[in-house]
Amino acid sequence: MTKTFKIVVLAKQVPDTRNVGKNAMKEDGTVNRAALPAIFNPEDMNALEQALRIKDRFPGSKVLLLTMGPSRAAEIIREGFFRGADGGVLLTDRKFAGADTLATSYALAMAIKKMNPDMIIAGRQAIDGDTAQVGPQVAEKLNLPQVTYAEDIMGFENDKITIKRRLERGVEVVTSTLPVVITVNATAAPCRPRNAKQLMRFKHARTLTEEQDNEHNSYLPIFSLESLIIPEWGVADVGGDEANYGLSGSPTKVKKIENIVFQAKESKRLTSADQDIDSLIKELISSHTIG
Amino acid sequence: MNNIIVYIETENGKIGDVSLELLTKARSLAKGLSCNLEALMIGHKVSELQNELFAYGVQKIHIADDPRLINYLTLPYSAITISLFKEEKPQVALFGATSLGRDLAPRVSSALKSGLTADCTSLEIGDHTDTKSGTIYKNLLYQIRPAFGGNIIATIINPECRPQMATVREGVMKKEPLESPVKGKVNILDVKSILNNEDFIVEIIERHMEERKIDIKGSPVIIAGGFGVGSRDNFKQLFDLAHLLGAEVGASRAAVDAGFADHARQIGQTGVTVRPKLFISVGISGQIQHTAGMDESAMIISINSDPDAPIHQIADYAIVGDLNEVLPKMIQSYKKNSK
Repeated sequence: MTKTFKIVVLAKQVPDTRNVGKNAMKEDGTVNRAALPAIFNPEDMNALEQALRIKDRFPGSKVLLLTMGPSRAAEIIREGFFRGADGGVLLTDRKFAGADTLATSYALAMAIKKMNPDMIIAGRQAIDGDTAQVGPQVAEKLNLPQVTYAEDIMGFENDKITIKRRLERGVEVVTSTLPVVITVNATAAPCRPRNAKQLMRFKHARTLTEEQDNEHNSYLPIFSLESLIIPEWGVADVGGDEANYGLSGSPTKVKKIENIVFQAKESKRLTSADQDIDSLIKELISSHTIG
Repeated sequence: MNNIIVYIETENGKIGDVSLELLTKARSLAKGLSCNLEALMIGHKVSELQNELFAYGVQKIHIADDPRLINYLTLPYSAITISLFKEEKPQVALFGATSLGRDLAPRVSSALKSGLTADCTSLEIGDHTDTKSGTIYKNLLYQIRPAFGGNIIATIINPECRPQMATVREGVMKKEPLESPVKGKVNILDVKSILNNEDFIVEIIERHMEERKIDIKGSPVIIAGGFGVGSRDNFKQLFDLAHLLGAEVGASRAAVDAGFADHARQIGQTGVTVRPKLFISVGISGQIQHTAGMDESAMIISINSDPDAPIHQIADYAIVGDLNEVLPKMIQSYKKNSK
């Protein structure tokens, strides 16, 4: 009998902070966060590809997405289906609101316990916060080993997984026992495109909340197929100590937010005179353009 | 004792620059908090590095030394760090925002249920009043970092939990030893009592550490030189400024073809496309083949002695002047004005 694995991929829906266009800019030059498109966090895509490759090699393996967010984050699960995942769970509850990385990791860890996978694969970091904390914190909460900065899951031998890590200054190949938490870099293989068959099969996959909100589509008899229901889990479903969720489970607080102001392009001519250079450098420092 | 503990990174018997930068910053924070500056160093045969730490003002060094710890491994390193923090209860703990620090610090923060702020660009001491409860918190660590793709700057605090933990990127803070080293103490940790075999279930089977890889694409600040820089030797001034600002050095095709810079640094249609927060263009005329690879930078500063150079048209700040005059002045001004 060939080996099969159950893999949970952690994915996050994020505002696309990389290409802030003019229409996402408010009049005062600050970013209108609500106007940014919501996308599948790029490195989570690399993580999904690593999981799908394991499924290719070990047919019968299951790839399940786990995402936390509001109702619209069900989009992440559908996108996973379109690319070859077998299922997914949307963690959603008002009690999760205001979570920092620690409270987020707690919620994810509680859900993962319920899913009981052989490995957990996530992107190294999300582009809205760039913290790279959730992977290691989930691993700690589950008391599992972690392998961060992964570039390639190379193989399995004697119940051990071999992983290539791409670090700032080099490369490491490590082995770990299972289960393990792996976070994947953008340098890993890009995710395969959507699969037409999967797209047809899963385009109507919905959460119950989405189905209730959608008056026009209630004729869909197909919805009765259980495989098309995306489960939504809240605190009541995953259990745990309520104090560890959301705002109360978050030790860090945001004291202040300063918006970076982008000025309209208008060339300013300077000379090499001391006072010109000095005032430019001072301006760059005070606008946090340089540290 | 509620001191500040800085995690010291070592590689091949050398202390990482980022750790020395952190110590320099932490020394002034400790002064402001009237507490001691301590350091944690984990590895094998690292004791010989202790004098360098005393030169940076460390009053107590905690050392964990064991042959099994010669290379960084998440589980044993975090077990030692967690055990030390539980015992010493530092009020502040700082780590480099390196691939090591960003692997270790979150694991430690999760175990201690303490907040962690990643990739800070500035650290300050300040007070905080909770608007709901009216509670006043004295002398908190303000952890200041860009977020949202650099579009906002957030100040993060941990009012209740200790230690207040932060990681800081390399090259963001200054590195300055004291004029005369302090006479500090050394505390050798009992590694064997902390670790067990299960801490070694992840094994390194291959390891190649290289010199720093060139990563122009990922750098928030880029200083790029063109043919006008004149020589490979003159390019050194660009590297000097880049080192100071934590920036990367890029080059136009003409500069690469002339042998002034390596191909990996080439920006433009035949090189890489970059969108940094700040692009400083030095001695580049501004042909479309080059500007296609950089004109989406959030801010462009051009330095070119030719007032009619096309690069000045797309720059936010166009400096008409000789780079041999402008670059040293920028370096001098930055040294004077940065904290």
